[in-house]
Amino acid sequence: MKELSLNILDIAENSVKAKASLIEILLTQEENILTLIIRDDGVGMSKEVLEGVTNPFYTTRTTRKVGLGIPLLKMAAEQTGGTLTVESVSENDDNINHGTTVTAVFYTDHIDFTPLGDVVSTITTLIQGHPDFNFLFIHKTDEREVTLDTRELRTVLEGVPLNSYDVIKWIEEFLSEQYNPINE
Amino acid sequence: MTVSSLIEKGFNAVTLPQGDRMVNGVYIGDLLSWVMSSCSADNIWITIMSNINVIAVASLTDASCVILAEGVTLQDDVIKEAEKKGVNVLSTDKSSYEVAVLLSDILK
Repeated sequence: MKELSLNILDIAENSVKAKASLIEILLTQEENILTLIIRDDGVGMSKEVLEGVTNPFYTTRTTRKVGLGIPLLKMAAEQTGGTLTVESVSENDDNINHGTTVTAVFYTDHIDFTPLGDVVSTITTLIQGHPDFNFLFIHKTDEREVTLDTRELRTVLEGVPLNSYDVIKWIEEFLSEQYNPINE
Repeated sequence: MTVSSLIEKGFNAVTLPQGDRMVNGVYIGDLLSWVMSSCSADNIWITIMSNINVIAVASLTDASCVILAEGVTLQDDVIKEAEKKGVNVLSTDKSSYEVAVLLSDILK
């Protein structure tokens, strides 16, 4: 992938397939380290599936489709000297606290670091495609903190679907303005 | 032309589980997600990438073989996986460009 934001899109789709009610996408930049956390409260994975999740061939041997999303994100992280870890609790093991957390660490000063790309359209695309899911997006850097929580939006919208044109347009502008404050 | 017959042209066999496959066309690329959408079935795929994902992409795109350029090698477990999945892998010290030039002559 030419942009990390496309990897984010890919991984978040796994959370959608895992029937999560809340999908958190957290980006934190501290000096030369970028940490990406994608956390969901979906059905989770068994230990067996979890062990094979970074192996692109594992999918062909199970009914669950994971695909190349995680292997490619792992590669993107490792080629900067970083790491990728996946933790998961299956619904079958704990029917209250279940879900999956993917954590990728990147060294952004490495020449093979894939630029983050257009995060605003990634988040907007996710919400547009999955208006019935909740997304919490936080992007923290030394300069600013960009935040979007669709749960808060919902309380204001009173039943207007998140993928209606005006709402999507508003979300896009809301995020863009946080990245590029006008009165700075 | 078959994958096995490329050995006579100076390529090293890493693993040839399906050496009698016919080759048709060439694709060069290292960004795996891009290769996934651009490499065609039966293509010879030239790359300098060497992890397990290379075998997955070769398998998905149904490339006739992978040629690892610039002396790139694979770990033993990756070679085993290639064998298991029927993915042919060759290697060479030549650059991707030199391989392409050579193949251009061979495939005429």
